Amino acid sequence: MPRWGMVIDLDKCFACQSCTAACRMENNTPIAGPDQAILGRAILWNEVLPFLEGEYPLVHATMIPRPCMHCDNPPCTAVCPVRATYKNEEGIVVVDYQRCIGCRMCTVACPYAIRYFNWFPPEWPQALKQHLNPDPEVAPRPKGVVEKCTFCIQRLHRAREKAAAEGRTFQATDYMPACVQTCTGHARYFGDLDDPNSLVSKLSHSPRAFRLLEELGTEPKVYYLKQG
Amino acid sequence: MHPENKHEKLILKPIHRPTTSDRILWFILGGIFLLGLSAWVRQYVIGLGVTGLNRPVYWGVYITNFVFFIGLAHSGTFISAILRIAGQGWRKPLTRAAEAITLFSLPFGVASILADMGRPERVFNIIFFGRYQSPILWDFTAVGLYFLSSIVFFYLSLLPDIALCRDRLTNAPDWQRRMYEILALGWQGHPEQFHRLEKVLDGMAIFMTMLVVTVHTVVSWMFGMTLQPGWHTALIGPFFLLGAILSGTAAVVIALAILRKVYKLEEVLHIGLFNSIRKLLITFTLGWIYMMIAEHLTIGYGNMKEEMVVLLDKFTGTYATIFWSMALLVFGLPVLILIFKAKNNIGWMVTASILINIGMWLERYIVIIPSEVSPRLLPVMGQGIYLPTATEWLITAAWFAGMFLLYTTFTRFFPIIPIWETAEHLPEIEPEGARVAQTAPTGD
Repeated sequence: MPRWGMVIDLDKCFACQSCTAACRMENNTPIAGPDQAILGRAILWNEVLPFLEGEYPLVHATMIPRPCMHCDNPPCTAVCPVRATYKNEEGIVVVDYQRCIGCRMCTVACPYAIRYFNWFPPEWPQALKQHLNPDPEVAPRPKGVVEKCTFCIQRLHRAREKAAAEGRTFQATDYMPACVQTCTGHARYFGDLDDPNSLVSKLSHSPRAFRLLEELGTEPKVYYLKQG
Repeated sequence: MHPENKHEKLILKPIHRPTTSDRILWFILGGIFLLGLSAWVRQYVIGLGVTGLNRPVYWGVYITNFVFFIGLAHSGTFISAILRIAGQGWRKPLTRAAEAITLFSLPFGVASILADMGRPERVFNIIFFGRYQSPILWDFTAVGLYFLSSIVFFYLSLLPDIALCRDRLTNAPDWQRRMYEILALGWQGHPEQFHRLEKVLDGMAIFMTMLVVTVHTVVSWMFGMTLQPGWHTALIGPFFLLGAILSGTAAVVIALAILRKVYKLEEVLHIGLFNSIRKLLITFTLGWIYMMIAEHLTIGYGNMKEEMVVLLDKFTGTYATIFWSMALLVFGLPVLILIFKAKNNIGWMVTASILINIGMWLERYIVIIPSEVSPRLLPVMGQGIYLPTATEWLITAAWFAGMFLLYTTFTRFFPIIPIWETAEHLPEIEPEGARVAQTAPTGD
């Protein structure tokens, strides 16, 4: 069983936000609109966050693209009262939208605040509505449930189906989330962390590698390569 | 056979046909409740977006209310169960008034959770798919069990008085008499029945005491089990528990003072009772400030980055006004009033109790919101904001109105002072013997 993980090279990321846009189109995340976004209701499974250190004129800015960390030890899944969110056997943390009761305990428990709640029924401007991803696995989520980055798990399922149809064994390189595929600066790497020969596994052992809030012991599977 | 109580007439007096002023009060309370209910329906249809909740402030006033209502519910069990075990005989006249607060505030604790849920219609998923890793399941179990056993405890101690109502209130409307007849379960008031009742209540008191400690501790663990700064502390359980008993006991004072005034029960609810509760309240407010200092000193001295953000936000930042008003309302003013003014003075007792309860609501709010507003990734995410909306206030008002409505209605149909527990003589065990001066049974 692969253990899917991601490495993001902060030296290569130039915060173009194409990952954010690709994620939106791939996963049908609704558009909250500026009024709601200002209230903190935007749903962005992937975000590029500015991390500013110091004060003018000695400011150091780092751009941090932030998908779900898919922790090996996820604080969000333990607190779910109905197992609507869980880590699957390949290490991906997913949500069962049919079962979620909307108590938001997982959103409160996640130290990365990467889990999003549907405050309203999902909405898109007319032009976007015609271009929703038709994959039933990413059908728009109803109001009142939690949703989050899934490492585009539907792509994993499609890649497996394709490999089976073509009569070959599925390779880890067959599958890639939309943000990785679209990354303009080739800053994102994706693959099986348990495969010692995979690029992600090698990069995750780089001396530049770090993880967000590593001290909490959540064991995120998203690694960053330090800038500079 | 019924217990002999010289105050029987006085206690039964409030049970009569609803007067115009009753109807007006019920109409107002019912109106507020229905208004809040419609706000909830609207929220259900449109989505939780009608509240001020957002990311990262996922929990707000509803969860504050939940914690507060469950806290109020600790009044009854504290007075009836813990003081019963401790053999405090003075508690007897106020047991029922206190237990009624428990009984009528618990449903609104549950209702607060329902109002907070994105998908309240899926609430039974907790039974179908429930898993005990989640603190919510602990809550569900503890609160459920607490509610169930509170009903049993309350009902059992009400039994002899329902039977008394059945036999004494012969002028009551038919439906009411039938209600007493059914609810009395054929209680005859045999000495043996009283003996068994006492035994059951003693046993249940022990169980209830354990439950009361568990319930508010697991309520706090909904927060304490997460890694959020400000919540992840072992003190949160005992602190929540103490706060619950403090606000519950203060609520009893308010209820008693109103009952005493409105139903003219001065003779039964004598000033001595208030003086006894006064000592308890002084102890609890001092306990509260002790925990408050212990918690904040530990965090402040440790000076950990993320914890300090939350702490300073409370002390000097966005939440400073609420934080310091809370300290003044729960501790500063009440402790002065209680020590210097409230002895033999019900007005001051009630003032202190009202301040304590407003302060305790603020305390729940100040524990919950600032931690959410300053998440661990604050330098990247920025500070959150939370301003409750009209919908949230309406539902809050409605749940409180609902609680008052149930309480006031109850006092029109059932004696709010336990007649048998305060009786001078209970039916005796010896069949033909001369009357032995038997004091009312207690757990002493």
